[in-house]
Amino acid sequence: MNAFLGWIEQRIPMMRVANMHALQYPAPKNMNFWYVFGFLATIVLVNQIVTGIWLTMNFEPSAERAFASVEYIMREVPYGDVIRYMHSTGASAFFIVVYMHMFRGMIYGSYQKPRELLWVFGMLIYLALMAEAFMGYVLPWGQMSYWGAQVIVSLFSAIPVIGPDLVVWIQGDYVISGATLNRFFALHVIALPLVIVILVFLHIIALHEVGSNNPDGVAIKHKKGSLPESEKTQYKIHEYYTDKYDIADDVVPFFPHIVLKDLVAFSIFLFGFIYVMFFAPEMGGKFLEHPNFEIANPLKTPEHIFPVWYFTPFYAVLKAVPDKLLGVLTMFGAIAALFILPWLDRCKVRSWRYRSGLHKANLIVFAIVFVFLGYLGGTPQENWKIIASQVATIMYFGFFVLLFLYSKNEATKPVPARIPK
Amino acid sequence: MKKCLALLLLVPSLVFAAGSSVPLDKANFDLTDKASLQNGARIFMNYCLGCHQMQYQRYQRTFTDLGIPDELGQEYLQFTGEKVSDYITSAMPAEAAATWFGAPPPDLTLVARVRGADWLYTYLRTFYVDETKTFGVNNKVFPNVGMPHVLQGLQGTPRETYEEKMVDGELTPVYVGIKTDGDGQLNAEEYDQAILDLVNFLEYSGEPGRLKLESIGKYALIFVCIFFVFAYLLKKDYWRDVKK
Amino acid sequence: MSEVSIDAKNAEGTEQPNSSNRRKFLTVATSVVGGLGFAAATVPFIGSWQPSAKAKAAGADVEVDISGVQPGQLIRVMWRSKPVWVVRRTPELLASLGAHEDQLKDPNSEAEQQPAFAQNQYRSLKDEYLVLVGICTHLGCSPQHLTEGAFSEYAEGVAEGFFCPCHGSKFDMAGRVFQNVPAGLNLVVPPYQYVDDTTIIIGSEAEA
Repeated sequence: MNAFLGWIEQRIPMMRVANMHALQYPAPKNMNFWYVFGFLATIVLVNQIVTGIWLTMNFEPSAERAFASVEYIMREVPYGDVIRYMHSTGASAFFIVVYMHMFRGMIYGSYQKPRELLWVFGMLIYLALMAEAFMGYVLPWGQMSYWGAQVIVSLFSAIPVIGPDLVVWIQGDYVISGATLNRFFALHVIALPLVIVILVFLHIIALHEVGSNNPDGVAIKHKKGSLPESEKTQYKIHEYYTDKYDIADDVVPFFPHIVLKDLVAFSIFLFGFIYVMFFAPEMGGKFLEHPNFEIANPLKTPEHIFPVWYFTPFYAVLKAVPDKLLGVLTMFGAIAALFILPWLDRCKVRSWRYRSGLHKANLIVFAIVFVFLGYLGGTPQENWKIIASQVATIMYFGFFVLLFLYSKNEATKPVPARIPK
Repeated sequence: MKKCLALLLLVPSLVFAAGSSVPLDKANFDLTDKASLQNGARIFMNYCLGCHQMQYQRYQRTFTDLGIPDELGQEYLQFTGEKVSDYITSAMPAEAAATWFGAPPPDLTLVARVRGADWLYTYLRTFYVDETKTFGVNNKVFPNVGMPHVLQGLQGTPRETYEEKMVDGELTPVYVGIKTDGDGQLNAEEYDQAILDLVNFLEYSGEPGRLKLESIGKYALIFVCIFFVFAYLLKKDYWRDVKK
Repeated sequence: MSEVSIDAKNAEGTEQPNSSNRRKFLTVATSVVGGLGFAAATVPFIGSWQPSAKAKAAGADVEVDISGVQPGQLIRVMWRSKPVWVVRRTPELLASLGAHEDQLKDPNSEAEQQPAFAQNQYRSLKDEYLVLVGICTHLGCSPQHLTEGAFSEYAEGVAEGFFCPCHGSKFDMAGRVFQNVPAGLNLVVPPYQYVDDTTIIIGSEAEA
C-alpha cells in the first residue's frame, strides 16, 4: 500500500499538496467565528454545483418550456423539489456567507498589505457571483425573472452612444426573449461556474502564500532565526512554511483544529439552511419572490419590481440618483469602491481592535447603512425613501472617503508582536 | 356642486382601488385535513375548471395525495373523459377566453404562491353586485376584476354593506363587509368554510410536496443536532490542548 | 467528513501524545454520524434518477381496440415508449408454425420472455392475436415484418416472419428466434389482457 502511494506521490504530489494546503497549514489559533465563512462559502459553492448539475438534467432552457419544466421538477421528478430548494436556498445562503466573509475582512484589515490581491480576487469572485446569481434567477422564467432581467439589462442602455445597440446584443433580440434565456443558461451553467471555481482556486493559493490574517492582525510567520526554539510552534507544520519562516506557537494546524471548528460552524449553518429549505423556502418572498410563481408575461409588469434581496443595496443606490447614466455609474462605483479598499486604507494597523474609535464607528455605520440600503431597495418606493436612499448613498461613499482621510494619521493602539494571551 | 358630489362618490372607489384598504382575512387552512382538501378539489373541478386550468398538476397525483381512489376520482372529479394520468387542463380555448374576459383566465396551479392564501380567501368572499361592470359584480380586493362571480349560486347575491359611523365629527358611510340576500345554497358560515376548503386545495396545488418536505426536514434537523453535539465535543477536546 | 476518519492516523504525528479514549470515541462517533449524513444527503440525488411521474404516466397501461384489425394485418401501438405489435394471424399461418420448429433456438419458449399465460406454441392468450414488444432481443432495433414469401429469402420454407435489419436476427410469427442469428432470446410478450373480445389492455395481466 505504501509503495503504491509512494509510486503515485512521485508522479503527482497529492499528499504534499494536501499536507501543505490543508493538513499542515499553519492557522492562527485566535481565529474566531468570523473566520468560518470562507469554509462555508466553499461548501455552498459545492452545493450549488452539485444541485445545479442535477437541475439541468430536467430543466428545459426555452421560453416555452422553462417555467413548466421547473414545475415539472417540483412535482414530478423524484426529490426534484428537495434539489430545487437546495439550489434556491443555496443562492441566498451564498450571499449571506459571502457578505459576512467580506465584512470580516474589513474589520480585521485582511485586505491590507500583503493581502491586497487576495482581496481583489475575492471581489472578483463576488462580481462573478452576482452575474451568476442574476442569470440563474432569469432561468425559471417567472414574472420577476423576466422583468428583473429587463431592468438589469436596460442598465446598459445608459452607456452613451453604444448603449441601445449593446442591449440588443446582450438580449439577442429586441426584447428579453428565449434567445436571452438560452445564452443566460449557457453562461449560468458552464461559463460562470468555471470562472468562479478558477477564481476560488486563485483566492486560496493567494491566501496560503501570504497566510491567514487573524482578529489581532498580528503576523504568525516571523523572520527565519528570529524566534527562540521555545517560542516556535510544537505542531507539525509543513516545511514549505517552516523552511522560510519561524512559525510562532500562535498557530494550530488547519487539520484537525480548524477543520473541527469549521465543522461545528457548518452544523450550525446547516441547521438554519435545512430549516429554511424545508420549512420556509420562499423566506417570506425574499428568497423566492411571489410574482415569480407566475409565468413571464411580456405584456404585464408586476406591481413592484425588486431584485432578490442580495442586490437590493445596490438597487437602492441606483434608484437614489435621479439621472440614468449617473445612477448606473454610482451603482458600479459602489462596487468599485470595495475593489480599491486596500489602497484607500492607508493605516498600517490591521485589526479594528487596535484602531481608533472613529474607525470602529465608521465600520459599524457602514454595515448599518448597507443593511438599510438593502431595506430601501427591497420595499416599494415611497417619498421619504427617496431622500433616505440619497442620504444612505452619500453615507455609503462617505465610509470610503473618511477612511482615506483619517487612516493616514490615525491614532492607533500599540499592536503586540505576538498574539496576546 | 354636482361635480363635488360626484367627486365625493368617487373617493371610496379610489381608496379601494389601491387594494390595501380592505384588510385581508386570515385563512386558517390545514394541509393535513383531507376532507377539507377533497371538498376544495370538488369545488375547484365544478366551478373553476370550466375556465381556469391547473396545467402543471396531474389528476392522479392529486387523487393520491388527497386520499381519493382513482376510480372514485375519475367518476366524481373528472368530467371530460381524460385519463387519470392527465394534467388538469381546461377545454376552453385560450384565445376565445381572452376575448370573453379581456385576458385569458390565469392558470391556478400556483395561484396560492403568487397571491397568498389570505388574499384568495378574502378575494373569493368579497364579490359584490355592481351593475356598472360587465359581469354585474365587482370585487373588494381585486377592483374591476374581469371575472364573473361563479360561486354566487352557493353564496347568494352579495351586497356591499355600509354603516353610518362618526369619522372626524361627520357621519360617514363606512364599509363593514359583504351581506347576501340569503338566496344562496349555503349560509354565510358554510360559504366561508367552502371557500376555506377551496383555498386549502389551491394551497396544496401550489406546492404538493409541502407535507413530505416538512417530514423530511424534521428528521434532517434532528440529525444535524446530533452531529453538532459530537462535532462540538470533539472540537473542544482538541482545542483543550491549545495554549490560550 | 471523511477527513475526520483519517484523524486517528494523523493524531500521533500532529498532536501531543495524549489521545485519550474519549477522543477516539468522539472521532469515531463524529465520523460515523457525518458519514451517515453524507449518505443520507446522496439519497435525493440517486433517487432523482428514478422515472418521473411523466415517465410513469407514459408507461401506464395502453388500451387497444382490435376490432378493425384484418386477418394478416399488423398494427403498432406505443407502450412505455416502445413499439408493441398486435398481429391477427390467419388459420393457415397458425397451422404453419409447427413446421419449422427444428430451426428455432427456443421453440417451447422456455426462457422467461413472456408472461406465464403465453408459454405455448402460439405465445399468445388467444391463438389468433399475437402481441409482441417489437424490439429485437439482440441490441434493441425494431425488426421488420416480412410477408408473402419475402421472409423465405432468409429462412427456407418459412413464408412470413420478422427480420431485424441491424444484425440480421430472424423471428417467426410467434416471435420465436431462429438459430444462427445474433439474437439469443425470443421476442418479449408484454403482459396484457382482454377487457372484451375487441379490446386489449397492454401493461397488466388479468388477476388469477
